[in-house]
Amino acid sequence: MHDIAQAASNFISLDAGNVIYLFLVGFVGGLVSGFIGSGGAFVMTPAMMSMGVPGLVAVASNMCHKFPKALIGAIKRAKYGQVDVKIGIVLGISAEAGVLYGAHIQESIKQRFGEAGSNLYVSVAFVVILAVVGIFVLRDAWKTYKSGNTNEEEKVTKLAKWVQSVNIPGTMVYFKSLNARISVLFTIPLGFATGMLAATIAVGGFIGVPAMIYVLGAPSLMASASELVIAFVMGLGGSLKYAMHGLVDIRLAMIILAGSLFGIQLGAIGTTYVKPFMIKVVMGVIMVIVLFSRGLMVPVYLSQLGLIETLSDGTTRLLKNVSFAIMIFALVLGAFIVLRAMWQGRRAEQLAAEEAVAHVKM
Amino acid sequence: MASNIPKKKPVNKMVFMGLVSLALYGALLLNQDIINNYIGKGGFNAFLPIVTAFIFSFVHGSFTGNFWTVLGVEAAKKKKKEVK
Repeated sequence: MHDIAQAASNFISLDAGNVIYLFLVGFVGGLVSGFIGSGGAFVMTPAMMSMGVPGLVAVASNMCHKFPKALIGAIKRAKYGQVDVKIGIVLGISAEAGVLYGAHIQESIKQRFGEAGSNLYVSVAFVVILAVVGIFVLRDAWKTYKSGNTNEEEKVTKLAKWVQSVNIPGTMVYFKSLNARISVLFTIPLGFATGMLAATIAVGGFIGVPAMIYVLGAPSLMASASELVIAFVMGLGGSLKYAMHGLVDIRLAMIILAGSLFGIQLGAIGTTYVKPFMIKVVMGVIMVIVLFSRGLMVPVYLSQLGLIETLSDGTTRLLKNVSFAIMIFALVLGAFIVLRAMWQGRRAEQLAAEEAVAHVKM
Repeated sequence: MASNIPKKKPVNKMVFMGLVSLALYGALLLNQDIINNYIGKGGFNAFLPIVTAFIFSFVHGSFTGNFWTVLGVEAAKKKKKEVK
């Protein structure tokens, strides 16, 4: 409790530069979240910590901006008919359990191996999960692009077809995003894994969205939109937990929210202009770049744990800065792809409208 | 051709919600020490940041939504129908 009180008294003073910085990071993070259902959060925590915010306060404040942002994003995308609230809530509840368990593992590792051990665990989880899932998602998007079938409806994977065919009496629930009944015995572990990842690397969606697409058989647009419901459920529960310990810096959370609500609306609008495989492109690109960012930090933590030769202060600082810069780059690139795809979609729509008018006049 | 009739842009709503949002942010930043003191206590005060987040998201979310509409950035008409 002493640590908590100390952390709470560590609410930093804010100047105009900090406010603008948080607003901009919030905007870009919101834009990506509105489009792919998650993302952005992995930059918020280090961004706040780089301003001198204690780690726990940064995590808590990030969480407290996440749930209202996800709520607004989900409402917006529900207007476009993309949200399956039921799957979001069902996965969200089991994700909440995953968050608690993930946080417990984190605490145990921290107690046993210290701060460096905990950071190493987070970085290795980042690298391994993002390498496997990110490359898979990107490869799938590439295959769709190469096949020239980008306009066609997405095919349900063999795995998802099997999942949808399994009938376990008493556990079957109909989900509109899948247009099928599936057993909650499949959704519970997926939600749990999403929550565990959220507690570890702050972005549960990197598991949640691909799981909904490839394991359950949801279309990309509905999976990314329903992820916002999961993020809302998880974020609300997590925020309440941290707020009870007095760790939320509401100023930081609301300033990030100010920027992210501009971004999330734009990202949600963007989904109506693009082909579904673009969701996979943006998600895969961000995942693979972030994986390099975290990979660079592995030697730093290995050195701190004494498992490899000690790195000089200069090298450590260089690796930390490059890692942070790559993470920012991943987010900005994701935002750029979203805006570009949206711009092209709008241009195509305008041209089609002009052509239609010209045709009527003739 | 109802779709060709230009829709009225929600300028007044945007301005109103923008001003309310500005007032909320002003109140938060001008009273940050008092607010941090209450929220930093935790316990039962945990409802404070949660309620604050809901209020800000409603007001500022409405403002940002109308902001893009007024700028003419809206969802694609064709896709909207397709998805439904």
